[in-house]
Amino acid sequence: MSRSLVTTASSPPVRFWTRWIALPALLAIWALLAHGLATPLLPTPVDVAQAAWRETASGELVHHLGVTLWRVAISFVLAMALGTGLGVFMGRHTSANAVLDPLLVFFLNLPALVTIILLYVWFGLVETAAILAVVINKVPNVTVTLREGARSLDGRLEQMADVYGFTFGQRVREVWLPQLFPYLMAATRGGLALIWKIVLVVELLGRSDGIGFKLHMAFQVFDVATILAYSLVFIAVVQLVEIVLLQPLERRASAWRHIGGAHA
Amino acid sequence: MLELRIDRLAYDKVVVENIRTRVMPGDHVCLLGPSGIGKTTLLNAVAGLVPRLPENAVVGRDRIRLAYLFQEHRLLPWRTVRQNIRLVGASDETIDRLLADVGLSEHSESLPDQLSLGMARRAALARCLAIEPDLLLMDEPFASLDAERATELRYLIRTLLTRRPRMAMICVTHDPADAAELANRLWYLDGAPATLRWDERINGVGELGTLLDRLRGVVLA
Repeated sequence: MSRSLVTTASSPPVRFWTRWIALPALLAIWALLAHGLATPLLPTPVDVAQAAWRETASGELVHHLGVTLWRVAISFVLAMALGTGLGVFMGRHTSANAVLDPLLVFFLNLPALVTIILLYVWFGLVETAAILAVVINKVPNVTVTLREGARSLDGRLEQMADVYGFTFGQRVREVWLPQLFPYLMAATRGGLALIWKIVLVVELLGRSDGIGFKLHMAFQVFDVATILAYSLVFIAVVQLVEIVLLQPLERRASAWRHIGGAHA
Repeated sequence: MLELRIDRLAYDKVVVENIRTRVMPGDHVCLLGPSGIGKTTLLNAVAGLVPRLPENAVVGRDRIRLAYLFQEHRLLPWRTVRQNIRLVGASDETIDRLLADVGLSEHSESLPDQLSLGMARRAALARCLAIEPDLLLMDEPFASLDAERATELRYLIRTLLTRRPRMAMICVTHDPADAAELANRLWYLDGAPATLRWDERINGVGELGTLLDRLRGVVLA
């Protein structure tokens, strides 16, 4: 009795399997279409799985996946670090913001492709140019998000930290980070998705390894099965990062929000 | 120990002028005055929280330790009561003793949002005392508490003050009853621009009564 009351009072329960409707449905539609059309331009899921297995067995997939992941990781860390620093700085200093904001708008609107081509032209088809191009594309997004975060920092806690003479390290760790955390998570989520897409373009245009390079090769021979195999595997890896790394981190860092409120 | 010399301080629509006073160890000042007159601004200036004080404003503090009981508890909501007090540099032993003093021994591992308003304010008070301040600033410490809780807290603060005879206090309030309970000195801030209309020492309740009567005269005038 009391249990049913509780259930109706709270938001409707979401059952575990509801997350597993859309993707299998997509898979089924794809399979039906592919069998019906019977064209090499739309391979069946089985063809794609076979392509994935072939590439895995030859070691190609692991190699290129590793290279791309490494590029994503490096660019991600650099972009987050630079963007966070710049965003917090601009959020806390209105004069600095006034000076830098036009620059920020400029870089926000600079097409990724232009950055990539220019850097390849200026520095040659080298790793540094590739990474730099991705970082330049991502930093403005992180900056904008973290600037919002810095603007929303609670001034009352700042005064508290002033009165009790918090060191800069204490202030960052104890006062700022917990408040900036939702913004960091938003920048991370958007960041991973955006960065790996740009990395593929960078690889397609000027590297001789990585998934972008493999996609380029497969494109030249219209090998759609391989294209899909590489893409799906990478999407799966990004999903894995989300489930294994980001979600537990978020749960842990926001635990205090859910405990509170007994009296308030 | 604290010298206040402010010719003119304009901040946030508040103008405070011509303040000249000192606070000595053991002074328990209650700062009274109409709301919005600049009591909190003056307290913030003492705490060094008013950015870019004008050149003619002197808040002289000989290296004193200063604690501030804000109107809101201003504990970090993501840290437990114990962690919050530890952050200002207190040992676990000190924390246990202070939490016992303010009646929160059971709640050392609670998060601030799990506490009631009065409890959170007492936790913040424990954090103030953890740095063994020479000067304790309090901004409306009894605001938004019900009468019973306010009386309890007033009694607690008086006890804690008695145990620390050298500690000075400046307490912003709008209730003369707080002054009757806690103060041995009375400041009255009023006027436009605001200034200290009264700066009087109080010896005994009788004198306070007289003073408050005069104060009412001022308020009504």
